[in-house]
Amino acid sequence: MEELFRISYPVAAADYTSAGKASTDIKKRLKQLGVGGDVLRRVAVASYEVELNLVIHSMGGELTLTVFPDAAQLVSADVGPGIPDLEMAMREGYSTANDEARSLGFGAGMGLPNMKRNADEFNITSAPGSGTTITMLFRLQA
Amino acid sequence: MYENTRYHSVRLDKDLCKGCTNCLTHCPTAAIRVRGGRAHILDNLCIDCGECIRICDYHAKVAFTDVMDNIKAYKYAIALPAPSLYGQFRDLPRPEYVLEALKKVGFDDVFEVARGADIVTRAIREKMKDPNLPKPLISSACPTVVRLIQVRFPELIENIVDIRQPMEVAASVARAEFCKKKGCDPTDVGCFFITPCPAKMTAIRTPIGQKKSELDGAISMMDIYGLLVPHINDMLSDPEYDLATGYGVAWSTSNGEANAVCPDNSLAVDGINNVIRVLEEVENDKLSDLLFLEGNACIGGCVGGPLTFENTYVAKNTIRKMVKRMPPTHPDKAVKTSLLNKYPMKNDLPFEPNTAEKLDDNMVEALRKMNRMNEIIKRLPGYDCGSCGSPTCATFAEDIVRGYCTEMDCVHLLRERLKVMAEDMVELAQSRRE
Repeated sequence: MEELFRISYPVAAADYTSAGKASTDIKKRLKQLGVGGDVLRRVAVASYEVELNLVIHSMGGELTLTVFPDAAQLVSADVGPGIPDLEMAMREGYSTANDEARSLGFGAGMGLPNMKRNADEFNITSAPGSGTTITMLFRLQA
Repeated sequence: MYENTRYHSVRLDKDLCKGCTNCLTHCPTAAIRVRGGRAHILDNLCIDCGECIRICDYHAKVAFTDVMDNIKAYKYAIALPAPSLYGQFRDLPRPEYVLEALKKVGFDDVFEVARGADIVTRAIREKMKDPNLPKPLISSACPTVVRLIQVRFPELIENIVDIRQPMEVAASVARAEFCKKKGCDPTDVGCFFITPCPAKMTAIRTPIGQKKSELDGAISMMDIYGLLVPHINDMLSDPEYDLATGYGVAWSTSNGEANAVCPDNSLAVDGINNVIRVLEEVENDKLSDLLFLEGNACIGGCVGGPLTFENTYVAKNTIRKMVKRMPPTHPDKAVKTSLLNKYPMKNDLPFEPNTAEKLDDNMVEALRKMNRMNEIIKRLPGYDCGSCGSPTCATFAEDIVRGYCTEMDCVHLLRERLKVMAEDMVELAQSRRE
């Protein structure tokens, strides 16, 4: 697929003050491109969840929006610590959020399931020691 | 460059505008540009919130509303005061004094918009019996918030309740009841809203969700306040007013609607920037456990409207004290079900998304523009100083790709360019001397 546009946002670990900025910009970009309705709603939810996951769980990483003629892709890539049990992590209600995150109202264990539910294609690879990469694809209506 | 095709109550007085950056940086939808030494309002982005009216030190931003003389165009004129009008008169004991004063200044009849709020409360509560509604349901009472959603949160349009605004419902009932009483034709009657904000005026001229407004015009509270003051303490000639409930009156302050409609699971937010933040939460699906969301563009609710006279907090307190003295009847009891079937309650048109933010109708072209924007942004200083006439560097880049301005409109880039040119000239001069 021909890549038409790409923008990356660095996301720092535990930076709760800036959390949500990247997903807000991603939404704005998509609106400027004329993406609306159901797709925009799903990207809004998934991009926010994935950004918050970087803030809460990762040691820092990057969120990248790539736009193709018929799809938008979100890739979240972090530098660690990696998820020991992916199957467990994908379960609703399971969370490893720390006390700080929980005190801010996060840690309901819905992040990954929400992403999976909202994306048209969802892929996650992770290993302890290396980082986690989440790739989500959203098909754009013609 | 900037053609105005839509009606807006908020406008610019060219002669008073100094071309400063106050309104530019305060507009919540980035709908203002300063070009050629004066401000321009982009009418496809303006949501009539009136923030620019508040911020302008030169009074160059004005709200167009009807003048009192306009009521004379009708054989009969009915005043429909927003409940926030009661808050303008310190320690007002009862609404009747204001209603009476409105008759003294030239209206043939009055009908409280708070009664419309009672009816709308009932209609929304009936609607909310449906368990399959989007969550949260978002109030449609503040036209600025509805327009904000159309521009910035189009995917939340389906959350907006499709029941008409209180002023619209009030006007339908007022006109019908008056015509029945007088035996006159509906076209003989002019219904005028007494408004705390320009957004309601715009909503009357160019309705959202309705083909045509039930109202014929709006008179600013600021304009009518002085006329009413001498009559406020007059004896009441007609003690037999059909009055709204305290719930309906409280719609004029933040949380009034939410408390009437859904006291157990609602959220009320006031102030346009706060509304934007909460709508972002809704957009991120963080508030789907909430049933009802009330948003008011003005801090404090309608009592904080740009066309009100009294201090917002004093007005809020006047309303609070007055409501406390009123009987605690809920609209569920005060409003008869038959009324809901007799008058139009629902919008007859869907809310449409406003696509003004879209860079181009063709997505490939829009992407090309976005790539160009990103290249331009890299060259800009990021001061968001507004000297170029656009509110931020990012908006400036967007304005360039839209063809509204060029990079040399940035004073910082211009200075860089001049520096290079000056160095070239020095070099040139020195090379000749050798």
